[in-house]
Amino acid sequence: MGSVGVLALQGDVREHLATLSALGVEAGCVRTPAELDAVDALILPGGESTAIAHLLVTSGLRDPLGARLGEGMAVLGTCAGLILLAREVLDGRADQWGYGALDVTVRRNGYGRQIASFEAPLALVDGSSVPGVFIRAPRILECGPRVEVLATYAHAEGVDPVLVRQGPVWGASFHPELTADTTVHRLFVESL
Amino acid sequence: MSDTQTTRTGSTLVKRGLADMLRGGVIMDVVNPEQAKVAEDAGAVAVMALERVPADIRRDGGVARMSDPQMIQEIQAAVTVPVMAKARIGHFAEAQVLEALGVDYVDESEVLTPADEENHIDKWAFTVPFVCGATNLGEALRRIGEGACLIRSKGEAGTGDVVEAVRHLRSITAMIRRCQSADANELYAVAKDLRAPLPLVLEVAETGHLPVPLFCAGGISTPADASLVRQLGAEAVFVGSGIFKSEDPVRMAHAIVEASTHFDDPAAVAKVSTGLGSAMRGWETSSLDQRLAERGW
Repeated sequence: MGSVGVLALQGDVREHLATLSALGVEAGCVRTPAELDAVDALILPGGESTAIAHLLVTSGLRDPLGARLGEGMAVLGTCAGLILLAREVLDGRADQWGYGALDVTVRRNGYGRQIASFEAPLALVDGSSVPGVFIRAPRILECGPRVEVLATYAHAEGVDPVLVRQGPVWGASFHPELTADTTVHRLFVESL
Repeated sequence: MSDTQTTRTGSTLVKRGLADMLRGGVIMDVVNPEQAKVAEDAGAVAVMALERVPADIRRDGGVARMSDPQMIQEIQAAVTVPVMAKARIGHFAEAQVLEALGVDYVDESEVLTPADEENHIDKWAFTVPFVCGATNLGEALRRIGEGACLIRSKGEAGTGDVVEAVRHLRSITAMIRRCQSADANELYAVAKDLRAPLPLVLEVAETGHLPVPLFCAGGISTPADASLVRQLGAEAVFVGSGIFKSEDPVRMAHAIVEASTHFDDPAAVAKVSTGLGSAMRGWETSSLDQRLAERGW
């Protein structure tokens, strides 16, 4: 396994670093193209996707990160990070851009505003359960044929995919970094 | 088996969690949808919807209240980032209205005229999370004890003078360090002196930080101001009058966002500070008749 970085332009960077640290993985912050060059895998944290997208441009990281994704770098995006990776984003800004590295359609704030933010147990494909924390979360509406669904959230109207993977690119609509459960990060790190 | 029974809204984790998502960013005061768009375009992580920025409240005088719901709704419709709005200290009915409007954070704010000179709002009773101002650690922990999920150092709103923001931030972080170095016997007296809940004092002594994120507000008006307060321990920055009272609000908004992200890179702060036009004119805090930061108890 190579080195893991956390994109540290804005958002809950510290929680990702702490979760990785709990797994014995020492990760560094990525805020410049040189720091991106130095890592083999990257986590896109939770935060505000419009702010992170803006800062990716102004920090000169937008194209280098796109190139690394094209080369097959392993990336895990949580919440805002998932939005940046998704092929299609509904209810975003008119000029919303993304990497299109995950063949999923997501709706921004798809579960509602902050007063609808929630916690719920999630079902992993192996039958176990992990805690889910959803904060103004994107909702995954559709997944392409090459997308694996690794965890779901069952609710009154149906079952939503919440953790998905397409090769080296992982996306979670929730925040595994906000709880003490390290399962999602462990699965990602073990895949490297 | 349905998991809907175990779905919980309004938990402490999701309320504090939204504040975690704002870390590193800039929250900007806006008075109309056009300003809200400018803020979002510049990379603001959230906007604070209000009828008058603090500099104008200070200039106009009169009773400052919660904003007109129509104005808040227009701003909610204009942007995709979280929208915050202010309620008067102790005015839980204003907070109820803001929650009914679906605002993402309520600021129980000293910038508005207080409605209760003894009690703050019981913030645990709400699903919407609250941010509150504080000038020192005791005040911060009392607000957290009442359910605040985010603390901002108060500074002196509407002045463009960063001196009070620095004073309050330094006061909070210095007292946290004192808690960390106090022994177990001393912490009871520390809690008494701070007039703060003992369990929260013990938590601060253990962890070395507040139980909720600590942001900074009140008087930040340049990129270097943002860098300063971030280096002093603020995890994000509220900018009130400093954007739209400056000569070139669009550039100032972009520059302060960059400076908050790259706060520890002086070359980056220098770059965005260059040719920026004048910051808001401001008032020197020592010349003021009324200090907003003294509101709150």
